[in-house]
Amino acid sequence: MRRLLALAASVTLVAGCGWSGEDTAATSSGGGTIDYWLWDSGQQPGYQKCADAFAAQNPGLKVRISQYGWDVYWSKLTAGFIADTAPDVFTDHLAKFAQFADLGVLRPLDSLEATSDINDGDYQEGLAELWKGQDGKRYGSPKDWDTIAMFYDPAAVADAGIDPASLQNLTWNPQDGGTFEKTIAHLTVDKNGIRGDEAGFDKNNVQQYGFGSDGAGGAGWGQTQWSAFTGSAGWQATDKNPWGTHFNLDQPVFQQTLDWYFGLARKGYMPSFAEIGGNNPIGPDKEIQSGLAAMALDGSWKISTYTNLTDAAGTKLKIGIAPTPIGPSGKRASMFNGLADSITTLSKQPSQAAKWVKFMSGAECQNIIGESGVVFPARPSGTALAVKFNKEKRGLDVTPFTDQVQQKTTFLFPVTTNAADITALMIPRMDAVYIGDAPVSSLTSLNDQLNNLFEVAG
Amino acid sequence: MATVTPVRKRRADDTKLAILFIAPALIGFVVFLLWPTLRGIYLSFTKFNLLTPPEWTGLDNYVRMVQDPVFWNALKVTVYYVVINIALQTALALGIAVMMQRLTKRTWLRGIVLTPYLVSNVVAALIFLWILDYQLGIGNQVLALIGLDRIAFLADSAWVIPTIAVINVWRHVGYTALLIFAGLQTIPESMYEAGRMDGASELTMFRRITLPLLRPILALVLIITVVGSFQVFDTVAITTRGGPVDSSRVLQYYIYDMAFGRFQFGYASAMSVGLLVVLVVITFLQYRLTRASSSDLA
Repeated sequence: MRRLLALAASVTLVAGCGWSGEDTAATSSGGGTIDYWLWDSGQQPGYQKCADAFAAQNPGLKVRISQYGWDVYWSKLTAGFIADTAPDVFTDHLAKFAQFADLGVLRPLDSLEATSDINDGDYQEGLAELWKGQDGKRYGSPKDWDTIAMFYDPAAVADAGIDPASLQNLTWNPQDGGTFEKTIAHLTVDKNGIRGDEAGFDKNNVQQYGFGSDGAGGAGWGQTQWSAFTGSAGWQATDKNPWGTHFNLDQPVFQQTLDWYFGLARKGYMPSFAEIGGNNPIGPDKEIQSGLAAMALDGSWKISTYTNLTDAAGTKLKIGIAPTPIGPSGKRASMFNGLADSITTLSKQPSQAAKWVKFMSGAECQNIIGESGVVFPARPSGTALAVKFNKEKRGLDVTPFTDQVQQKTTFLFPVTTNAADITALMIPRMDAVYIGDAPVSSLTSLNDQLNNLFEVAG
Repeated sequence: MATVTPVRKRRADDTKLAILFIAPALIGFVVFLLWPTLRGIYLSFTKFNLLTPPEWTGLDNYVRMVQDPVFWNALKVTVYYVVINIALQTALALGIAVMMQRLTKRTWLRGIVLTPYLVSNVVAALIFLWILDYQLGIGNQVLALIGLDRIAFLADSAWVIPTIAVINVWRHVGYTALLIFAGLQTIPESMYEAGRMDGASELTMFRRITLPLLRPILALVLIITVVGSFQVFDTVAITTRGGPVDSSRVLQYYIYDMAFGRFQFGYASAMSVGLLVVLVVITFLQYRLTRASSSDLA
């Protein structure tokens, strides 16, 4: 506590310093080192290659890449803004970007020479627009995108006598769960070897769950949990996106879908909150790896994680991918999210930083990233290379991820202001519904709380 | 009888010297404690996000605090934690200290008692998080092996606070025992000799001699550990992040999350002032009730 107060005390001075708009380094020597931060260790080698290419083309300029894990990343960044140790350029996330724009720590890219001509049309549709603030200025240059699909263990599917091809066209509905629920019920096996759809199934002693879980989804609008279902039921989180100010958690379609979704845990087809480790969830990849789950929703950024899974003996596990199930709307759905590079107002060399951002948003770097096969670059050419890499090097068909974009069945990550407050309010309430401490109808009062945030800020 | 003059001279010298010796501590106190505390109290009356200047809002934060159910729940959860933590820790520490004094004189054995304290809170929390993991933790595998049901120690709302309390007892009990042990050393051996002469048993001597004479030290230990216990943070941050739902959202974690997660430094400061008031009241009461400033040894 003392430290917190001391920190708070020393802050106003420092914050004042960070505001100068002078571009000192650029006008002086031009021999700067650009600090760049990212959180995904899987992407660091690819971006190191980009950095090397950038240094070769810009004599005197160097990029220093630092990688921190997701949680540490954001607290370090916040501390960096306060203590003037923030990087010049950092990988930004849609869930965080609005907050930073509000705090005034992001530099509009339009105001910098190198990045002023970034063209929305160069990227997958809709990605670039997401990074424009309410003031219409661009705060991030698109680097990659992601969608959701189901990863499954082919061995478990074969054991259940299920044809893998049938997984490509599953349907669900909030009444009986459709062919999706039938499939995961059959993939579920209890301690006695009885399957979830057979008589005598013991839902309290399950050996293998048909469907894995990534928690209650309060932190990211159910991105890897329920968003594929609420989305294919036709639900939208806010009145408009981006910059919605009214929330739709009180709508029956949302509450019915969640009641059905979390009901899967009560039926014994999906592990409970406690079983996946509560607030420290082990993640769907480890659930599939350990045999706790046969199939699970996860994001395209995890493709390389899944293809590198091994069993206890160290042998690589086979992995299959199937698209999200088709919902009551007659279509499938996936959240469409993207990362971007942002320049901080604390950067002493914004015009140099902009050159690096411009390079990362360009075809050369995005093709390098595409060929590393870790994520889907924002440019269509980079995306094509990533698809090719997975097909040829991993023997993996990743079209369940890309089809969502091509067939326009995606919906965008809800971008709003007050994002930190929304997350803080949502996590405990969503957890309570997952655990079974509160009914889905309790989300109506959560919705009122969220709406109130905007009335107060109004 | 000495003359008055030299005494006066010495006093004048003392003052200068005293100031010299006190200065480092005083500067530290003012810079790192008094000023930040005053600044924190000021910030509690503002709306402040760290990056833009604070904005005076009067009592708004305090009104919000009184109406915030999560704050009151956090206070309740914290008190629940403190009660379990302190009761268990003090009882165990007292037992260990008495055994250290009455049963063994071996230094290495006394040293071993202190070892958990050498492990940092974060490391201890991480290790227990792994040991107690529902699926993979060795703790739960042992439970399953002896035929008991697995327990979601850190993911079940009924278990989290007791579990976190016990983790911190494990880490702090040795240190607390050492403090109490130091207090035991101040009790003259002659008291026990007299007790033995009168044919008192170990248990009677503990009740009639050890406990009463240990009271001032025990009171001090209690005040220190209770204040420390109210400030529980790192174990919660590592193991549960306040969950499930709000069942382990202790006050310090709520304050931290409000400040560094939600950028509401004004409201976080107000809650810090609330915690300060709670601690001052509790410490004052403890001090009075345990008569910590007087000893029965005279």
